[in-house]
Amino acid sequence: MKSAQHKPGALETRLRQTRDTGRKILVPYITGGLTGWIDAIRGAAANGADAIEIGIPFSDPVMDGPIIQMASEKALRDGATPISILHELRGVDVSIPLIVMCYYNTVYRAGHTRFANSLREAGVVAAIVPDLPLEESAHWCESADSTGIETVMLAAPTAPDERLHRVVERARGFVYAVGLLGVTGERTELAATAVAMATRLKRITDMPVLVGVGVSNAAQAQQACAVADGVIQGASVVRRLLEEGADSVAQYVGEVRAAIDSPVSSNR
Amino acid sequence: MNPKQVPRELLTPGADGRFGEFGGRFVPETLVPACEELERAFNEAWNDSLFRTELDDLLREYAGRPSILTECHNLGAQLGIRLILKREDLNHTGSHKINSVLGQALLAKRMGKKRIIAETGAGQHGVASATAAALLGLECKVYMGAVDIERQSLNVFRMKLLGATVEAANSGSRTLKDAVNEAMRDWVASVETSYYCIGSVMGPHPYPFMVRQFQSVIGKEARKQFQELCDGNDPNIVVACVGGGSNAMGIFSGFIDAETRLVGVEPAGGAAVGRGTPGVVHGMKSYLMQDEYGQVQEAHSISAGLDYPGVGPEHSYLASVGRAEYPSVNDQEVIEGFKLMARAEGIIPALECAHAVAWITKEAPKIQGQTVLMNLSGRGDKDVAQMMTILGDSLS
Repeated sequence: MKSAQHKPGALETRLRQTRDTGRKILVPYITGGLTGWIDAIRGAAANGADAIEIGIPFSDPVMDGPIIQMASEKALRDGATPISILHELRGVDVSIPLIVMCYYNTVYRAGHTRFANSLREAGVVAAIVPDLPLEESAHWCESADSTGIETVMLAAPTAPDERLHRVVERARGFVYAVGLLGVTGERTELAATAVAMATRLKRITDMPVLVGVGVSNAAQAQQACAVADGVIQGASVVRRLLEEGADSVAQYVGEVRAAIDSPVSSNR
Repeated sequence: MNPKQVPRELLTPGADGRFGEFGGRFVPETLVPACEELERAFNEAWNDSLFRTELDDLLREYAGRPSILTECHNLGAQLGIRLILKREDLNHTGSHKINSVLGQALLAKRMGKKRIIAETGAGQHGVASATAAALLGLECKVYMGAVDIERQSLNVFRMKLLGATVEAANSGSRTLKDAVNEAMRDWVASVETSYYCIGSVMGPHPYPFMVRQFQSVIGKEARKQFQELCDGNDPNIVVACVGGGSNAMGIFSGFIDAETRLVGVEPAGGAAVGRGTPGVVHGMKSYLMQDEYGQVQEAHSISAGLDYPGVGPEHSYLASVGRAEYPSVNDQEVIEGFKLMARAEGIIPALECAHAVAWITKEAPKIQGQTVLMNLSGRGDKDVAQMMTILGDSLS
């Protein structure tokens, strides 16, 4: 296992501390610009989220399944823009770190440095850019690093070990273990790849390892946390926000929190 | 612009997959190893004489290559130019798409994949993919925008007849762009068993390069045939329609080093090069119709095959260095071009190709006496039902 070569930023420091106290890390994903999204952030924060991932909606979200596609389309129809979302985020008085997820064209169109600065000014500490793989990431990472924005890298089940090492090397904040072969969305069961990815990553890094994509409910979060340091929950959160509103998100985050706070039962 | 100052060689992208600043590999991490594997597999296959022989045999004995040149004596006389068509419409399945699909399907088999995924706009690439899959014993799934399924129902039925599954893309503009999104999502989930057969010179590296190499047969044949027909001379102008741009890249590739004007005609409602700005979508950096925040705009074209807000990265490169030009024509001009070619020459062009006809007609006063080689990349049978609705009983 390798220790980080870089100086941990605000997010990584915070998540390491959380992990080192024995607490599993819970990161709900919320599509920015949806009705009630700010209340959902507050509710999630009050009910046990350790950080929040805010999705900036994009017209062509190729890593996202039907729920987040629908949420993105709706937010865009309602007039959400990267600027309006970051502006609203400034007013959010939560004490947990905020992470932005956006597709690369949003970053590219704004300009790397300008976008990194706009994140920092909105109080965002990290960015996830799911269509910017390692080989294309150098320019963005340079701007992000110098602005103090931590770029979270995704590690996928298709990566051979040699690649996984390079991905982890470039990761800041935490390592995002992609739980399955596929796009975001709820599944009836946790894929075997979720725990397998967490295991592979834990073997090679001491950075926090969070599993996302296909972690669909409290029970699955608990299963993933048997190995992973935490989970990201996207579609299951966004579906509740779309169908039932912010209170439902708060309640759900509380349920997942309770589940991952209790160790997985051995007789399942 | 002095044409002698611009680069006149065909680029082979390096490891970064770039044509100048355009191209690259902007895909989810899950797909990076698959793109790398494909790049290796393609390069090996392309340099393997057995693979090339197998492909050439299929192109000759199955697709019907080489495609012929046809001189349009009537239309040429009417316009005051010498107009010659490269007849890709006479290929099996009715368009140039078969050239790349046979290559890619052979490659898929060589890579041990049992299933191919494809996106389609007008349905020509979907039909070609379904055809190659039937021939080579592969499973085939084609994603098609719900709007396109409506306006190209004949091709939908052809695909089903050939044994493919057609899946509607219901997100966004429900056209080609969204079909690409759905195909990419499928590929993210099925990458270990499936081959993504992209229909144009677009997508992440190596697709733009690979599809151009497979389509370069058009340009190679056309240059030789044209010189035989025209006393060893090259055409003054080569013109082709551009959506993603595979038929245009195919014919341009044969004339990059010639003193020939290269013209790619875009639809006015999908003019990525003409009206777009550099952006990143579908795995590539290229010109793109987008708003100030980088949201991709919906294209609007009478022709499903060109209804795409982006363009292959090599076209962006050729435009940026001034080697090719990318004017656009509107739907009404396209309808006139469609009728003109039918009536003057007895050839019903695909609506996509009618864009090239429309540009030639408009440009004719400025190019009197010149030789024009147009890539007739597909036949118009698929568009007849749509044109019946548009033209109704206006035809006398």
